[in-house]
Amino acid sequence: MDIIKQPWPWYIAGPLIGLIVPALLLLGNKAFGISSSLRHICAACIPANISFFKYDWKKESWNLFFVAGIMAGGFIATYFLSAPGPVNLNPNTIIALKQLGVKDFSGLLPHDIFSFSQLLTIRGFIFIVIGGFLVGFGTRYAGGCTSGHAIMGISSLQWPSLVATCCFMIGGFVTTWFILPYLLQF
Amino acid sequence: MKNIKFLILGILFGIILVKSQVISWFRIQEMFRLQAFHMYGIIGSAIIVGMISIFIIKKLQLKTIHHESIVIPKKKFHWGNVYGGLIFGLGWAITGACPGPLFAQIGSGFMVISITLLSAIAGTWFYGLIQKKLPH
Repeated sequence: MDIIKQPWPWYIAGPLIGLIVPALLLLGNKAFGISSSLRHICAACIPANISFFKYDWKKESWNLFFVAGIMAGGFIATYFLSAPGPVNLNPNTIIALKQLGVKDFSGLLPHDIFSFSQLLTIRGFIFIVIGGFLVGFGTRYAGGCTSGHAIMGISSLQWPSLVATCCFMIGGFVTTWFILPYLLQF
Repeated sequence: MKNIKFLILGILFGIILVKSQVISWFRIQEMFRLQAFHMYGIIGSAIIVGMISIFIIKKLQLKTIHHESIVIPKKKFHWGNVYGGLIFGLGWAITGACPGPLFAQIGSGFMVISITLLSAIAGTWFYGLIQKKLPH
């Protein structure tokens, strides 16, 4: 039980995530991908006569069960399988983030940015609301996210997915190094 | 009931995401600052295992549990892969989460992230709205 409660190293977690690819294929010809679930939610709840959302989303409902499972898995892991505490970060990351004004390092997310009390501050709004919007817009425009492109796409040797993954990383590097220092100042 | 197996697989994925701290905003920062191998190790080894698995499935011509042939949808290149990819990268570095971790964060008790998820749904909806006007 102690081993389970410790954070898992990359060489356990990565291969396990990789095995989801064949599991989904063998269980029903499903391609690993999460961001499509956001499209299915739009198609199910707010199609608004937009042609992009006019399709039989019920045929893709497995994907909604999958993401509901992720939520439940998050709950189980956090409340039954974890020892709480700060993330064992590289000290240089902590120093850099402290210099940029991040104060709370006690959990998985900094509470001084991601909490309801911060939602209506400019910084909180950018990180909680605008950030989410960019994730939803960008992944759909790109045709997939880290799971659909980086893992499923590259695993099946599709070069457009490699291009998309490189762009994810470029976008992330540019943001972290050149934009985030300003966003954290708000 | 045929969807229960996908729910269970999702639960396993959610547990892995939390236990490996992929859902941590700090871990994503560490990754983009090139200060830890952790995230690169996870994504890289997942790709390698996925690649080997697909190779085996193709080589042995394995079928699904319903005896169907396995088909992997082809992804066709369009410029959205580039523009959308860059925009997602921007959002990823800000929220510290891609879509999978958003769901896992909510399950982990970070209720405020349900706002981020709603906003991501709104972003996807907005893409659907203006899709035809965007360069692809």
